[in-house]
Amino acid sequence: MRTGVVIFPGSNCDRDMIVALRKITGKTPIKIWHKEYDIPNLDLIVIPGGFTFGDYLRCGALAARSPVITSIKNHISRGGTVLGVCNGFQILIEAKILPGSLIRNNKLLFTCRETTLEVQSCIKNPFLSGLKIGECLKIPVAHNEGNYFAPEDLLKQLKEEGRIALKYVKQKDNEKNYNPNGSTEDIAGILSKNGKVLGMMPHPERAINYLHGGTDGLKFLTNCVEQIIG
Amino acid sequence: MEPQSELLKINKNEYLAQQKSKLEDALEMGLTKDEYNLICDKIDKIPNITELGIFSAMFSEHCSYKSSKKWLKTLPTEASHVIQGPGENAGVIDIGENLAAVFKIESHNHPSFIEPYQGSATGVGGILRDVFTMGARPIALMNALRFGSPDQPLTKHLVSGVVKGIGGYGNCIGIPTVGGETNFDKSYDGNILVNAMAVGLAKKDRIFYSAATGAGNPVIYVGAKTGRDGIHGATMASAEFTENSTEKRPTVQVGDPFTGKLLLEACLELMNTDAVLSIQDMGAAGLTSSSVEMASKGSLGMNLNLDLVPTREDKMTSYEIMLSESQERMLMILKPGSEKKAKSIFDKWDLDFANIGEVTNTGRLILTKHDFEACNLPLEPLVEDAPEYNKPYEIKAIKKVLKPSDLKTNLTIIDLLKIIFKNPNIASKKWIWEQYDSSVMGDTIFANGDSDASLVKIHGTEKKGSFGRGLAITTDCTPRYVKSDPIIGGMQAVCEAARNIASSGAKPLAITNNLNFGNPDKKNVMGEIVGSIKGISEAASYLSTPIVSGNVSLYNETNGKSILPTPVIGMVGAIDEVENSLKISAEPNNVLIALGQSENFKAGWVGCSIYQEIINKKYDGAPPPINLENEKKVIEIILKLNGQKLLTAAHDISDGGLLTTVCEMLFKYNLGLDINLPSNLINCDSYDPLLQSWCFGEDQARIIIATKHIKKVQLILKENNIDFFVLGKTNSSSNLNLKDITTISIYDIKNLNEKTIPSMMGDKQQG
Repeated sequence: MRTGVVIFPGSNCDRDMIVALRKITGKTPIKIWHKEYDIPNLDLIVIPGGFTFGDYLRCGALAARSPVITSIKNHISRGGTVLGVCNGFQILIEAKILPGSLIRNNKLLFTCRETTLEVQSCIKNPFLSGLKIGECLKIPVAHNEGNYFAPEDLLKQLKEEGRIALKYVKQKDNEKNYNPNGSTEDIAGILSKNGKVLGMMPHPERAINYLHGGTDGLKFLTNCVEQIIG
Repeated sequence: MEPQSELLKINKNEYLAQQKSKLEDALEMGLTKDEYNLICDKIDKIPNITELGIFSAMFSEHCSYKSSKKWLKTLPTEASHVIQGPGENAGVIDIGENLAAVFKIESHNHPSFIEPYQGSATGVGGILRDVFTMGARPIALMNALRFGSPDQPLTKHLVSGVVKGIGGYGNCIGIPTVGGETNFDKSYDGNILVNAMAVGLAKKDRIFYSAATGAGNPVIYVGAKTGRDGIHGATMASAEFTENSTEKRPTVQVGDPFTGKLLLEACLELMNTDAVLSIQDMGAAGLTSSSVEMASKGSLGMNLNLDLVPTREDKMTSYEIMLSESQERMLMILKPGSEKKAKSIFDKWDLDFANIGEVTNTGRLILTKHDFEACNLPLEPLVEDAPEYNKPYEIKAIKKVLKPSDLKTNLTIIDLLKIIFKNPNIASKKWIWEQYDSSVMGDTIFANGDSDASLVKIHGTEKKGSFGRGLAITTDCTPRYVKSDPIIGGMQAVCEAARNIASSGAKPLAITNNLNFGNPDKKNVMGEIVGSIKGISEAASYLSTPIVSGNVSLYNETNGKSILPTPVIGMVGAIDEVENSLKISAEPNNVLIALGQSENFKAGWVGCSIYQEIINKKYDGAPPPINLENEKKVIEIILKLNGQKLLTAAHDISDGGLLTTVCEMLFKYNLGLDINLPSNLINCDSYDPLLQSWCFGEDQARIIIATKHIKKVQLILKENNIDFFVLGKTNSSSNLNLKDITTISIYDIKNLNEKTIPSMMGDKQQG
């Protein structure tokens, strides 16, 4: 299993993702610098969280114009697998690899806390196949712009194509703030048309230790790795 | 050299900066007449404007500590585990396994009041640079915040801006903000306090210092460009000096966490090579303090060509370049021949890298601008001759001891508890904490009140069978105690910090302090400074937690009214196995035991307590006394019990007393408890002052523990002659019963606890 983690100026969850992938695969992922055009064949490329280019202009907008994005697009066109977490999700959207937009959280505040995610019924993909539909995962979020927005026609298309992968869900009936950012239909993560690219706001790499954050992130990433190896 | 008239043609402002100063210039820059005369005498000439600006910065309270130095010298700073005490960018302690913890706290009070977002953000940026300058990767951020009265309209704006600013910098640079304290008091209405603390991790043998070495070695400027921001308004020279006042920028610096992140990564990458000989961050007084301190610490000199300094704006003068406080900049001395390798690292991170001069052995700071000599000063007077004042002081302490019977009230215990948890000083700060990224870096074990101290795992210390070692961090101060009795207040801040560290399961190791006070020219304020330093010294010595770094912030007052004296203690401790750390939340069927509280404890200390303030509407009476022997005993016993894995949770008794502490331990799992009372209180009613003082008194040296192993614990406590009182066993009822006297719904109190701050901030949905 060969994995790579992309690093832009301002990425700050690269080390955390490397630690998590190494824990699961037993191999250290390669670091891919944003200026690289040529990247080796990899089973999984992860775009980690952070504040690439200081979030200047818009989150992910400048990173989406980096040379490495061309290589990532080539990797995807060859049928390759890509996971974008938090700022990585924002970059995938700005690069038009995934549709829709991520706007300011509805309360206009940065929010860092645990959320409960529910695995949705969606097309075959290497991230969730292996987990049960309706299964809940506790994974933290930490972001300012995670409010997923899609116009109605796009939303309809995403549903028809089975591309809504993860949603924030209530744990108790009367819970008010289960959705941390006000995203449309509680969407936390979406897939590309071929199911090989997943963008998600929550940070699975921060939930790999029972002492803090729990181990649902480890379960999620382990499943990804197992599905990709096949 | 060309005649000065040539300079007038090139850059008129620079020409003006190089003209001889007058006494009026010195006064405008905040120097006294005596100080000006001393300067002229020591350097044997009349300084030009740039030279005078450099002196005024170095002689400022911020750089010279002229009012507090005499007393700071009395702080205990040594212990076998101290690698570097005060005087460097940050303090360094040995934490074993060839690792060192590097930490410091620093204030950014005045800028944060003027511009809360940028003021607090640059406070965080500055303290992070202090830590990574020493070769340490920052691993945790903490803060101590003091705002004005919650009813004051401005408070909401300041809280919102400061919290956003702290998060804005910390979240972006990717260092977790793991905790801190936020308090409100009307004395801070016109002068808030924003103290930021950073903790970093370095290899013990790879610590970098600031003393320059080797005449002829290159002096390198790296990081962001220098602009006209942060040049101190008050030190801007005479009217004729500023040709065009619209060119002035606000005196608040503007932070750029993105550049901060690049600078952090580039510096640490370079420090992994053998290129860096010494390094200093350009913080307060920018290039002035960094060049002067590096050269003087190395007993050397420095020649700098200011034309080579990367600038953001045209025609900056030597005065402006030397006094700018633009953020995200560093000054380094490199090993000759390593410039190319070093430059390639900074090129990779798209940062400026400029060779601006060299180290000399002249003992002088010589600066040129447009090939003219803008400054030629001996370094010794800049550092050695900075004034040290012995300002008159008077330590005033309230000796009146309030008795429970002095307090008469028609409030019941439930009423009081509700008022306590509606007080934003006690209530949950979750609304604030959620705006900070507390889990980035993946090593956070406890953040934001999960435990009495925040706890981060030390990356890379994982072993077979253990998640590895951890660092515990806390910031503490109870200003109302310091106001009532500066010595006791100083001691209490240290003791509470140590208790908090121990309650997380870690051993207290060392302190960084942030001394925030009013105007030291007032006898009583100087008394607060002297008294609290005495108290801090005594407690820190006794508990073997030396002070290794710190910061002093004076003149915190508005319209002649001082803030409450606020000597904040930032303490760091260590734990061998993070899985053995302690949270505050008790679990079902735990026995709660108050350590440090005897069976004979029948009335609580009410003076200066939150309880007393509720009844009298203002703080009164002497604060609870400190018994250092008892403090040490309770810390040692909790570490002993935890070492034998006998504890589930621990929480120190502080603001709001025993009952408040018990509630906080029951909240998480909505537990209940039938609390035992001493025999004399069983027949009291809910209005009885004696019973209320038992519930809410703030006697010190007490920690409540939760255990499943009551027999073993009791045995050890008896063997060690520890006073203790068994409070009872937790149950799943969610009711806290005081015998037949009253029943308290933990749900109701928890609800209040969580809603107080959101409703204060106008956020109705939260909770």
